[in-house]
Amino acid sequence: MTRNRVRGRLPVVLVLPAVAGLAFLLVPLAGLLVKTPWTSLPTLLSAEVGEALRLSLICASLATVLCLVLGIPLAWLLARSGLPGRGFLRALVTVPLVLPPVVGGVALLLVLGRRGLIGEHLDAWFGISLPFTTAGVVVAEAFVAMPFLVISVEGALRAADPRYEEAAATLGASKWVTFRRVTLPSVLPGVVAGAVLCWARALGEFGATITFAGNFPGETTTMPLAVYLALETDPDAAIVLSVVLLLVSVGVLAGLRDRWISGPT
Amino acid sequence: MPNLRITSRIAATGLAAALALAGCGQQTGSTPAPGSGAPEVTGNVTVFAAASLTETFTQLGEDFEAANPGTKVRFNFGGSSALAQQLNQGAPADVFASAAPANMKQVTDTRTVTDAPRTFAKNRLAIAVPKGNPGRIAGLADFADAGKKIALCAEQVPCGAASKKVFELAKITPQPDTLEQDVKAVLTKVSLGEVDGALVYRTDVKATGDKVEGIEFAESAQAVNDYPIAPLAKAPNAAVAKAFVDFVLSGEGRAVLGAAGFDGP
Amino acid sequence: MTLDAELRVTRGTFSLDLDVTIAPGEVVALLGPNGAGKSTALRALAGLLPLTSGHITVAESTWDGANAFVPAEKRPIGVVFQDYLLFAHMSALENVAFGLRSRGTPKAEARAEAARWLDRVGLSGYEQTRPRSLSGGQAQRVALARALATGPSLLLLDEPLAALDASTRLQVRSELGRHLADFGGHTLLVTHDPLDAMVLADRLVILEGGRAVQSGPPAEVARRPRTDYVANLVGLNFYRGRASGTQVGLDGGGGLTIAEPVDGPVHVVFPPNAVSLHAARPEGSPRNVWPVTVAAVEQHAHTTRVRLDGPPAVLADITTATLAELRLRPGDALWAAVKATEVHVYPA
Repeated sequence: MTRNRVRGRLPVVLVLPAVAGLAFLLVPLAGLLVKTPWTSLPTLLSAEVGEALRLSLICASLATVLCLVLGIPLAWLLARSGLPGRGFLRALVTVPLVLPPVVGGVALLLVLGRRGLIGEHLDAWFGISLPFTTAGVVVAEAFVAMPFLVISVEGALRAADPRYEEAAATLGASKWVTFRRVTLPSVLPGVVAGAVLCWARALGEFGATITFAGNFPGETTTMPLAVYLALETDPDAAIVLSVVLLLVSVGVLAGLRDRWISGPT
Repeated sequence: MPNLRITSRIAATGLAAALALAGCGQQTGSTPAPGSGAPEVTGNVTVFAAASLTETFTQLGEDFEAANPGTKVRFNFGGSSALAQQLNQGAPADVFASAAPANMKQVTDTRTVTDAPRTFAKNRLAIAVPKGNPGRIAGLADFADAGKKIALCAEQVPCGAASKKVFELAKITPQPDTLEQDVKAVLTKVSLGEVDGALVYRTDVKATGDKVEGIEFAESAQAVNDYPIAPLAKAPNAAVAKAFVDFVLSGEGRAVLGAAGFDGP
Repeated sequence: MTLDAELRVTRGTFSLDLDVTIAPGEVVALLGPNGAGKSTALRALAGLLPLTSGHITVAESTWDGANAFVPAEKRPIGVVFQDYLLFAHMSALENVAFGLRSRGTPKAEARAEAARWLDRVGLSGYEQTRPRSLSGGQAQRVALARALATGPSLLLLDEPLAALDASTRLQVRSELGRHLADFGGHTLLVTHDPLDAMVLADRLVILEGGRAVQSGPPAEVARRPRTDYVANLVGLNFYRGRASGTQVGLDGGGGLTIAEPVDGPVHVVFPPNAVSLHAARPEGSPRNVWPVTVAAVEQHAHTTRVRLDGPPAVLADITTATLAELRLRPGDALWAAVKATEVHVYPA
């Protein structure tokens, strides 16, 4: 009774834009699904598509791992250290979000490319060259996706009560043990949310990937690249490929959600 | 330089969207009476042109406006296939200039054109190498050397199709490291020195300036690419559309195109 | 083995300047109003806040001093925080074992020891319970077990009972008292509740504005408060004045007659229930009688406390019967009377 009354009082001012917002997000997807020539699906699911899909999933996952390894400590630095100019740093971290991905790719080439500031030495000393390799795809995806993780984790860290870290210190825990056993578990929901965003962004990454890592089947052709090139000659195939990518990513995220984000709703 | 180029491409994409919106408004607002018989050349003309025409058509547009006071030429530069798709979805445009007959055909199959498409320029491939040719590319045969970093256009886009034809004629199996989505992306890799050699259009080598050197080769003459242009039916401003097409085909137009490295039709 | 500390901390406009010594087995309560510097003192002792100057020495080792600072994680301390700060993602057992694990005890051993501590605080059977599912009293006991499990030489308790409701508090307080009695190390209890301090501590240190204003055994402090704050805590009327024979001139105006003659600056106290109120000036035995006006009337459990303007201003506890008889309202003019024998005087 009470609950129904409360629900009945949901303000129209909020409900209308909420419904409009949902429609805004879902209608283009619906359009994609409606236009999908499902009958051509079996013929399109070639070995190459399978390879692109596999590469996409592997690279996005590796990029997410890379973002976790580098991004969580960075988030901690931004949230907890008394570093001067943190506001400025925080703004810098979001640069890949506003930078057109293609420009991000060029920037990566300028630094990590064969003639790049660092890449030159990597090539000369270790014979490592990132462009046109699967590792390059991971780097490009991580570059673009990292801000999502950092922002999410930093927000969680800033909301977390630092007194728990003090409590751990009084129990003899070193800074590292405190971080690992107290701080990190307490911000786990933020880390998971950030990793999911990060993974999703990496999976859909196109511009930075094709610019930095190029496009070669089996090496660097991820699904978005395959979709883009399919669009050149066969728009129907492009739609089917996008839908496949869409379904796989939604499936993975839904699976994760059940397993990891099973909090009170 | 490459940064600028890419930025301008992004700007062009944004412009396309803006134009599409603006065009909608214009169509409802001030549709000129079609076939009113007044050959008065004034008003706006919207030209969808292949990305490889960016420099020449910008120049031609300015010349046209100077020759016909009261006109305004607006461009939407992009990949020919992407433009064809936009046009087939009803994008409001007066003229389409394609880098490949195939893309023109996609449009003429769906939309009627007022005049038959006419070839206004031809382009041929050239080998592009970074300044100084550090990879010591001598000719087409070096493209089969797996030890050299090679970039080609993907087969799905016109320059890739032309490249494939050239290699077949020369009986060479190329060993590319990346298959790029368009010529400009290939040139970015060349000008940054990420690859030792690439196949692009001769005009692109010229337009890229001194960071890229071109090497002519005999087989290129057998894989020449035609550039067709046509005014579109239901063009919002048919008279100006026709006038602009004529201008491109005129001696004046050919001079500008020729200076950029295009062959005459 | 004594803990000896000169705590000098300056933060902005606030400065703490407090000397504390705690003998082994002794429980010292730091009592003071909010903002007095209690938490600062506790944090300095815990190593969460470095001293500006001064020192902290326990037995022979220096924890903080001119050229030494031992961080919190290296000090043999245990802290019970005000809202316990139990780690929400760990079970009760893991919480208690955390300190042992952090200090290098092998896992199995740490868990066994933690289980023994949970048993000692009466929580066997709650090993796997998450803090969220514990009651306030249970959480407090887990926090105590966690702080004691590592065998600290200094136990710091920060308002350990403040988060509990009144009925739980009574029981948890007496349990805490038993554990503190068993504990052989040094204990510092920070509280603003005089009852906690009186019941649990061997010695009180009253902190006001970053300075110790009084210290001593609870009974002594309760009998002879030296500031308004302490007097208020222990519920006494308190005045400063200058005695000359059996007459005391009070600093705030008015005067009182006392039983035993003394001379010089003195503190004067008497309990509110020694004050009687009358509509007309009472006659009879020698006592202090002066006109007052009612400022406020507060109803307590069994008595009514009347706040009266003087001079001197005074608190009086009256019975419900007296209340009914006098029909008190703010602004009413009355007579207050206190027997000279009820007035306690001691040198300032």
